[in-house]
Amino acid sequence: MENKQSPLGYISFSIFAWIVGLLIFFPIFWMVLTSFKTELEAVSIPPSFISFDWTLENYAEVQERSNYFKFAMNSIILAVGSTLVGLVFAVTCAWAMAFNPTKRTKDALLWMLSTKMMPPVGVLVPIYLVFRDWGLLDTRFGLIMVLFLINLPIMVWMLYTYFKEIPTDILEAARMDGATLPKEIIFVLLPMAVPGIASTMLLNVILAWNEAFWTLNLTTSDAAPLTAFIASYSSPEGLFWAKLSAASTLAVAPILVIGWFSQKQLVRGLTFGAVK
Amino acid sequence: MGAIRLEKVKKSFGTLDVIPGVDLDINDGEFVVFVGPSGCGKSTLLRLIAGLEDVTDGKILIDGTDVANEAPAKRGLSMVFQSYALYPHMTVYNNIAFGLKMAGESKDVIDQKVQSAAKILNLTDYLERRPGALSGGQRQRVAIGRAIVRNPAAFLFDEPLSNLDAALRVNMRLEITGLHQELKTTMIYVTHDQVEAMTMADKIVVLQAGRVEQVGKPMDLYNNPANKFVAGFIGSPKMNFLGGELAAKHNCHEIGIRPEHLTVSTESGVIAATVKIAEHLGAETYLHVEADGLGPMTVRATGEMPLGEHDKIFLTPEQDRIHRFDAHGLALGPS
Ligand SMILES: Nc1ncnc2c1ncn2[C@@H]1O[C@H](COP(=O)(O)OP(=O)(O)OP(=O)(O)O)[C@@H](O)[C@H]1O
Ligand SMILES: [Mg+2]
Repeated sequence: MENKQSPLGYISFSIFAWIVGLLIFFPIFWMVLTSFKTELEAVSIPPSFISFDWTLENYAEVQERSNYFKFAMNSIILAVGSTLVGLVFAVTCAWAMAFNPTKRTKDALLWMLSTKMMPPVGVLVPIYLVFRDWGLLDTRFGLIMVLFLINLPIMVWMLYTYFKEIPTDILEAARMDGATLPKEIIFVLLPMAVPGIASTMLLNVILAWNEAFWTLNLTTSDAAPLTAFIASYSSPEGLFWAKLSAASTLAVAPILVIGWFSQKQLVRGLTFGAVK
Repeated sequence: MGAIRLEKVKKSFGTLDVIPGVDLDINDGEFVVFVGPSGCGKSTLLRLIAGLEDVTDGKILIDGTDVANEAPAKRGLSMVFQSYALYPHMTVYNNIAFGLKMAGESKDVIDQKVQSAAKILNLTDYLERRPGALSGGQRQRVAIGRAIVRNPAAFLFDEPLSNLDAALRVNMRLEITGLHQELKTTMIYVTHDQVEAMTMADKIVVLQAGRVEQVGKPMDLYNNPANKFVAGFIGSPKMNFLGGELAAKHNCHEIGIRPEHLTVSTESGVIAATVKIAEHLGAETYLHVEADGLGPMTVRATGEMPLGEHDKIFLTPEQDRIHRFDAHGLALGPS
């Protein structure tokens, strides 16, 4: 096929895309840069770009003052745990919706998604009270449940669009071959949906990792993940930009690395149903 | 052991009655073909027998046992889908072996059965390939292989050859017929294709709007259609239906004459007509003509015919090949 676009249009689109990309990237870049400055240089005006004394003291101090690995471990457990629990429910739910739809399936899907439009603070008080009364405050189990539930609609929606693309015939063939429902799902449906499941899991890990509202409100120390780790640098000790930046860099680094390496997979998953 | 009997089988999707009530007897070892226009419920009926759809009402008896509420696997039937429906992530070997694995067969038994099926179907060289790396005909063979290893009471085919090109279709048709002669297992076969229906079937079931119009041997349906619908549906090109004086002469509402039962003459005959289009196929010639006072007709003449547009011809029906119908479209006996 021939590319009909004029070179001028192509160039201006490229420039525009680069500007948007840089705008999005700049805060992260600035954060990383700041984390290597001294507190004094971090707030100096005009800000210095490269020509400052590069230092690692912020990282050393952050690690000394609070246990990064404990927070990181909590982040991993919450993100992976909520994703795995979510997957069990989302796969079964999406299977039912994709392969045994009723007249109301579309409505149910929209309704599930609409719960994501409600501000979470609207249910903070009831959930907080439930957590307090059931002794779930500051427990990993409680947080896994909350994270799994808030992300479930997105998981179901993504898997549903994926499953829709799988020909029903193949599942019926498995049924004729004597596969029970669990076997049909495990041996036939899931292997065919691996790319979709992988991108759903990835997105969910990222969402759970970055989730800051519930993780901050329902934890104090034992179950606190990296979001709490960052937050602990912003308020109580005044604003220490350099240390805050170091803490933030440490917190987002793992997920940035995962995201970078899996971006192909992720884009493919998110745009699936749309292309084809 | 594969006698299937349907008793007052009904199927509705919501308020839509797709199958209003079907009774049908299929004997053990029979090759039965379901034909009918698109959307008449052929696939639905097959899927009801397979257990992929639940009956709304009625009984499905396999060897005397009502299986209407049994899971598909419990019915002991195998199905070959139009789309092949192979498991894309498994090798050919595992595709064929899947049903046996689900049945909990031992590795040795599985291997022996898969190898022997592969041999029958010429798939031995492809066992380690994925379906994606096979041609359409090979995929179809894998689908059949998957069906035969389970040693079913009956095979169900839903338009299995319609995705293949014409030459391959003829080959596979012969292969399936050969398979039936070898296995002697009941087969139910859905198709659109006249030739498949006429050549493969022991018994043809003609369906229309979820109703059985007629059941019979291919040549019975051809020679003695029960009504106008079957008469028009079986045979290609379609039967000509003529009303008016000609029908009155035969004491009926309408008469039907197949295109191949008309003799063509340039000098004299019963019906005068003008050629509109002549299709020369070599071995035969199809003439689409406008009969004077009777409307369009089709004639099928053997051999080459030096005729073209605007030529005047005369047609004479073979007297004992005329079908007579009453006002309701039901066939009347010979006059
Ligand atoms: N799941 C369903 N829900 C609602 N209606 C259905 C469903 N499946 C089939 N139908 C309807 O039932 C009728 C019969 O369908 P079926 O697929 O059995 O036809 P068919 O004879 O196999 O046609 P074709 O020759 O085109 O394959 C059609 O009108 C179809 O729209
Ligand atoms: Mg069909």
